[in-house]
Amino acid sequence: MRRAVFELVAAGPKAVGELARELPISRPAVSQHLKVLKEAGLVVDDAVGTRRVYRVDPSGVAALRAYLDVVWDRALAAYAAAVENTPEEPS
Amino acid sequence: MSVVKTVTVKAGQQHAFKVFTAGFATWWPSSHHIGKADMAEAIMEQRDGGRWYERGVDGSECDWGTVLVYDPPNRVVLSWHLNGEWAYDPDPAKASEVEIRFIADGPDVTRVELEHRHFERHGGDWEGVARGVDTENGWTGLLRGYADIAAA
Repeated sequence: MRRAVFELVAAGPKAVGELARELPISRPAVSQHLKVLKEAGLVVDDAVGTRRVYRVDPSGVAALRAYLDVVWDRALAAYAAAVENTPEEPS
Repeated sequence: MSVVKTVTVKAGQQHAFKVFTAGFATWWPSSHHIGKADMAEAIMEQRDGGRWYERGVDGSECDWGTVLVYDPPNRVVLSWHLNGEWAYDPDPAKASEVEIRFIADGPDVTRVELEHRHFERHGGDWEGVARGVDTENGWTGLLRGYADIAAA
């Protein structure tokens, strides 16, 4: 069903209500799928009046997300080592 | 879109905060930078509205962004001004944010939560950028530096 949600968004920008009308699932279920798709970097949303309109992310930002995920893992590991190797000054 | 990380360090909150900010250069690898000159040091100014930036071996400076919130020993929020060409871009609409929270789990234990958010604002061809930096001289090589420091 998530794939169906994505394919509908890929066909053109749509609000949650429009997607729910075209699919045999509830509006909250559509929202949940959109949340996952958004976190995966596949779609983005824009506020249009009081609605949120979803469209496919054109920039391939999922690649950047995957990249930053690795960067911060390693940066924080280095930071943690530095914290524990730096003598604590009396405050 | 965001990346969220948590690390627990064996140090008090004050010390954990200080190493992250004042001690930025002690753990940020000097090979990891965006300026044209080789990097001599990475600096995070310890005040609201300060800069975080690199200083090159030739004395040149290259901004990374702004210290939006400096709240010792609890929280730091940084803006990261980078565009799709992997270069500094002053346009705040294109900047992402990194928030770091320091939470005392005990007198000698601090939980550090990091959230890097809104990086979709950078725009650009990120798959291309990721490919471009995926070389020994790019970030892949630099990340190996992190791992070496962490293992030391």
